[in-house]
Amino acid sequence: MTQTLVAIGTRKGLWLARSNDRNTWSLDGPHFLMREVPSIGIDTRREQPRLLVGVRSEHWGPTIMRSDDLGQSWDETPEGAIHFPDDTDAAVERVWQITPDVHDDDVVWASTEPQALWRSADRGETFCLVRGLWDHPHRPEWGAGFGGAAIHTILPDPTDSAEMLVAMSTGGVYRTVDRGDSWSASNTGIKAPYQPDPWPEFGQCVHKVARDSAIPARLYAQNHHGVYRSDDNGGTWTSIADGLPTDFGFTVVAHPTRGDTLWLIPVTADSERVPPGGQLQVQRSSDAGASWVTCSAGLPAPSYTCVLRDAAAADTNEPAGIYFGTRNGEVYASGDEGESFARIAEQLPDVLCVRAAVIG
Amino acid sequence: MQIILPAVLRELADGAGELVVPIDGEAALLRTILDTAFVTRPLIGGRIRDETGGLRRHVNVFVDGQDVRRRGGLDLLVRSGAVIHILPSIAGG
Repeated sequence: MTQTLVAIGTRKGLWLARSNDRNTWSLDGPHFLMREVPSIGIDTRREQPRLLVGVRSEHWGPTIMRSDDLGQSWDETPEGAIHFPDDTDAAVERVWQITPDVHDDDVVWASTEPQALWRSADRGETFCLVRGLWDHPHRPEWGAGFGGAAIHTILPDPTDSAEMLVAMSTGGVYRTVDRGDSWSASNTGIKAPYQPDPWPEFGQCVHKVARDSAIPARLYAQNHHGVYRSDDNGGTWTSIADGLPTDFGFTVVAHPTRGDTLWLIPVTADSERVPPGGQLQVQRSSDAGASWVTCSAGLPAPSYTCVLRDAAAADTNEPAGIYFGTRNGEVYASGDEGESFARIAEQLPDVLCVRAAVIG
Repeated sequence: MQIILPAVLRELADGAGELVVPIDGEAALLRTILDTAFVTRPLIGGRIRDETGGLRRHVNVFVDGQDVRRRGGLDLLVRSGAVIHILPSIAGG
């Protein structure tokens, strides 16, 4: 029997929700109590899944923990899994993203604050800095969004192992076609409304990017105001915000198996970071952003919470499950692609990261 | 030289609350003492200092009861026999 696992990273620890039917859930935790969990990778590429968790203590700094028994026990690389080389004079502040590669089962990617991309060739036990991005001439001009100077999106290209896209806030989208040796800003069409020149080459505050599962060159971006689609692997972007209640938000999730389907969780505005009209809601498109449907059955109103960029995820069940966590410590699940939601956790700390997977 | 670890770090030292660190001579730089103390326990060292070698912002080190940040930081010359306390600062919510 398969089990659905939803990993919930919060400001003060990790919880693991499990269900055999996506109706009844058990909640296991906290793991790493009083440590922030901003990133989770569920590596299901081998028979024995591996959990990789970015953990950060306000006192004792960041690290990556891993578990090969779904959270019963945790290991930490003795010398630390991720740290900057001596010549950089930099220190990892927070691990923002942990992404298993789509070509090589041993490779895992990570990204951090300060903005850096990392590659592991041993399933996340040790990481090496990707120098091509670290040495990029734009790096001194990349900024720190309110959440920190983060690369928060890593999207390997499933059609070509040499290609990859990353996104950062602030800085925007960058793309490599040569295995990370060189990177180009890839923000044409994404607006930066907070800059004197609203159409710069880079400097956009892209909040999250997701890749379409059927057309890999199709990407969806939730920007700091603005929702965009690219049909040429990030080369150019066009607005798909028409029909949405607002173009602000933090997260975007693509359907894991069906093309043209994606979910957003809108936030009223930069200056008003609450659900539109006080109704916690998900916006779903089944036509690559041409139209949108409001999904709010089972979600609370009035609500004045917010959902952060990594606090939403989908599973690979059929129909797909969609999950998200709020800043007031609630986690909602839908087993019918957003038609209806049920609360599966409450009274947790602020939810920073949610990841879902089908196990077994 | 005696280093007193906070409870939260003791699991990384096989439960030990105190470490005894031998030094050559009458005194040594604090950074040298910490290097020596944690060379075989790099996870503890990484909790106290980041990879640039600097003390983490919310970690306090006291030598004979004095906060080293006001006494030269890691370049403080520490006399043989001193007691070094490592403590988390008051932070968070």
